[in-house]
Amino acid sequence: MPPTTAPDAPSAAPVVAPTGVRRPGDLVFAGLARAAGLLILVALAGVAIFLTLEGVPAITAPSERIGADNIVVYVWPLLFGTLLAATLAILVAAPLSIALALVISHYAPRRLARPIGYLIDLLAAVPSVVYGLWGIQFLAPKVYPVYQWLVDNLGWLPFFEGPANGRSILTASLVLAIMAMPIITAICREIFAQTPTLHQEAALALGATRWEMIRMTVFPYSRSGMISAVMLGLGRALGETMAVAMVLSATGVITFNLISSVNPSTIAANIALGFPEASGVKVNVLIFSGLVLFVVTFVVNFLARLIAARGAVKGGR
Amino acid sequence: METPTHLQERRDASDAAAAEAASAPFVPLVRPQLPAQAPLLVAVLAVAVGALPVVVLGWGPVGGVLVAAVAFLVALPVWSNVVEGPRKATDRLATSLMWSAFAIALVPLVSLLWQVVGNGFPALSGEFFTFSMRNVVGEGGGIYHALVGTLIVTAWAAAISVPVGVMAAIYLVEYGRGSRTARVITFLVDVMTGIPSIVAGLFAYALFVLFFGPGVRMGFGGSVALAVLMVPIVVRSTEEMLKLVPDELREASYALGVAKWRTVTKVVLPTSMAGIVTGVMLAVARVAGETAPLLIIAGDTDSVNFNAFAERMATLPVFIYYSYMQPGIPPEFGRERAWGAALVLIALVMGLNLVARAVGRWFAPKTGR
Amino acid sequence: MTSTSFRRAIVPGLAALALTLSACGAANEEASADGDTPSGLSGTLNGGGASSQEAAQNAWRAGFQEANPDVTVNYDPVGSGGGREGFSSGGFSFAGSDSYLDDEEGELTAVTEQCNGTAPIEIPNYVSPIAVIFNVEGVDELNLTPEAIAGIFNNEITKWNDPAIAETNPDADLPDADITAVHRSDESGTTGNFTNYLGTVAPDAWPHGEIEIWPIKAGEGASGTSGVVSAVTNGQNTIGYADASQAGDLGTANVQVGDDFVGPTAEAAAKILEVSPRVEGRADTSMVFDLDYETEEAGTYPIVLTSYLMACTTYEDEETAELVKGYISYILSEDGQATGQENAGSAPLADSLAEEARGHVEAISAG
Repeated sequence: MPPTTAPDAPSAAPVVAPTGVRRPGDLVFAGLARAAGLLILVALAGVAIFLTLEGVPAITAPSERIGADNIVVYVWPLLFGTLLAATLAILVAAPLSIALALVISHYAPRRLARPIGYLIDLLAAVPSVVYGLWGIQFLAPKVYPVYQWLVDNLGWLPFFEGPANGRSILTASLVLAIMAMPIITAICREIFAQTPTLHQEAALALGATRWEMIRMTVFPYSRSGMISAVMLGLGRALGETMAVAMVLSATGVITFNLISSVNPSTIAANIALGFPEASGVKVNVLIFSGLVLFVVTFVVNFLARLIAARGAVKGGR
Repeated sequence: METPTHLQERRDASDAAAAEAASAPFVPLVRPQLPAQAPLLVAVLAVAVGALPVVVLGWGPVGGVLVAAVAFLVALPVWSNVVEGPRKATDRLATSLMWSAFAIALVPLVSLLWQVVGNGFPALSGEFFTFSMRNVVGEGGGIYHALVGTLIVTAWAAAISVPVGVMAAIYLVEYGRGSRTARVITFLVDVMTGIPSIVAGLFAYALFVLFFGPGVRMGFGGSVALAVLMVPIVVRSTEEMLKLVPDELREASYALGVAKWRTVTKVVLPTSMAGIVTGVMLAVARVAGETAPLLIIAGDTDSVNFNAFAERMATLPVFIYYSYMQPGIPPEFGRERAWGAALVLIALVMGLNLVARAVGRWFAPKTGR
Repeated sequence: MTSTSFRRAIVPGLAALALTLSACGAANEEASADGDTPSGLSGTLNGGGASSQEAAQNAWRAGFQEANPDVTVNYDPVGSGGGREGFSSGGFSFAGSDSYLDDEEGELTAVTEQCNGTAPIEIPNYVSPIAVIFNVEGVDELNLTPEAIAGIFNNEITKWNDPAIAETNPDADLPDADITAVHRSDESGTTGNFTNYLGTVAPDAWPHGEIEIWPIKAGEGASGTSGVVSAVTNGQNTIGYADASQAGDLGTANVQVGDDFVGPTAEAAAKILEVSPRVEGRADTSMVFDLDYETEEAGTYPIVLTSYLMACTTYEDEETAELVKGYISYILSEDGQATGQENAGSAPLADSLAEEARGHVEAISAG
């Protein structure tokens, strides 16, 4: 076979593959690469399909095996708990993470910014089961007096009715917040760093203080990125299992009382606690709840990526 | 606190320039400013205020720190407002808030590491690393079986996800660039990074149940679940690295008549190898600490199991979970083993992280750009 | 083809590491060097079921494996239901279950079929008192009537100085504080036995009957026995129920039986089997009891968890039969019973019951 000629690739455009001649090696390799790409799609579809396959028997399961009147009644309090815990976590994590990202991108001196970034990445590297250990043995007893104070002084609010208990959903949410923080921080700091320097310098030249500069140039530029980052953090908090399973004192109720011993459980924690001893149709019930969790996190992540993609186009880059 | 960045310097310069330019007679040329040491001064005073209730009322150190922080956050902006005006005051408040957020974020990290090292270190011993839990009741025993299990399960997970992930990234960058399929794959890979780990475990279980019947437990199932979590990370990092390879290298190879697949394997991959290895190691570090999927499909046992394709296999995270939640009688020994294993796991994961970054730094290609 | 690309040696390095590791077993798992053990038993025995038995099974396995180094016994704590399921499908050679086999869902028939047509052996090998544990400052001893226990856990009695508690504890300094009742948040046989007791003895105060998932949306939930124990320990003015062996330093309430108040000791718990009637209409080998919670026999502690060990009388192959026989014989031996009591707080079987059970186990054979 004669050697192919190099394509006349324009400097900016991606390299166009030498077509013309088909070599068997090329065909095989391209096929393999393509197959690997498609395999990912298949795997994602497989997750949905297999969960549905094993989850469907739960719909018709007898109520005494489910432990509730029907599967909806079973899953709903869990879904409520999942959403509540994740929302609380994000309420704590989002402002903190954005501030942290700003420290790294705009406040810290260059020499400090990189080690700070590493520190935050270290937070992300801590396994969730260790967060669980820390949460149940260290955090829960430490926050108890704070909760007690809340009950005594703000007990008239439905959130702080009490009686105070360290292993409440608020504690679990705090742990979730710590776990979601590195993700939000990492994405935000990348986006903040991409803000055009010209915009920032223009703002400063007009006499803006640093905070005004951030408010006027950085935030508008990275709004969609920040939203997407927060939603990705939400996705993480929704699906986080072990920390909640270990920390939370779950009763399975629907309540907004955040600091008592009576808490809603979350889907993921409920699966982790129940699965090792589940048998028969109970397994299907748990898998069904897992399917619900999958759908919820998929939607949240999907929207987050969509917002990010849209924002990227709007930014004109 | 107020260490000037490059922007800050420019700001100061432009401030001065603006001030010079504005020469209206009734406006003072320079606004009064707080002295450069002002934040430090306020900080010292705030600490003093915070120390007061600790000394006088006998509060705990946490309360003192809180009082000091609030005192600082109030005092500095108020002073600045009086001297410099509201805009500067807001800026100072924002700056203080940012650094407070940073301090708050450090608290859990430091306390967690402190706890793990403090509680875990006493558990470490030769026996701890070489013994399994077989025939161990109460004191003694070790994590050897879990360590072996974690290595085997993650090795298999890497064996599955690295070829798939790297090939998929090659497809995305070298073959499918810009095509509809590639765009869909990229998007879904991003979405896939958000799959909860427990869902991945349930997926592996639902898949293996079809072949092995209900109640299936095996180490390889855990690998499949971890691979589902790993693949998107590998794809993303590899993709980024492949994109960094300059097109000139590819063009040079094509110009010499080298086939495309040879170009990819001999030019593109070696050039980006360091970055890919870094990405893979980070992905391994990420999944090595996963608990939920292994709890579901790999289960737990107290003996060493080298066969990933049969029977339960203990892994470090699951070992930690069970040692803490079902510590046995009396509970102290189980708890101690849990903390010891947590220390080993954190050291493993963070070690991998550091090595991965070092690899990325040291072996980075000198592209001359 | 791409091997040269991987010359950075990281991948082979990792593989080599994995290989060296897999080359040797754990330091404490060396099989006996000559493979010649006194008993001559070898092989793997798989069982599973109730997690309540896990601690005891772990101790028994350790004891049995030490005596027979070539034997591996596995006990999967998959839950009672999972244990019965695994046993009837042949996955487990023996099983542990908090409730005995019945034919409501055809389980007994399935098991009989699996056991080559012979009725399975069922032995109440694990009898453990469920202690009512409490943590109230200044209160070391507590006497409770069944009605008071039911009221507390049903969220009807909410203060420690409630007359229902104060009446039976004239000497105790009960605080005017809210009671935090800790219960199991997971599905559990302990909850099942506890609620069964309450529902039988105090049906008015406990209308929920026997139930394995906690029925009331009040109180504090904790996962696992140790979770309950640490929740009670770490909380204030708490009360909970847990396996007596895991109560640690916590106070345990004395429960009213007849006119006495009895504490949760293994001996007092073992007595309940003596006063309870055998379930009728079952095979000889099925030593199952309907626990007489309402007994007024002095010195009997009525809140107990009974868990049964199940095995076949005939097995397909010789090896399994020998292993099951050896293992259960060990459990029933004096040594085994002592190990169970020491490590898991299981009440030793009464001599007559142990004798009978040994007889059934002797008859295990391959068919």
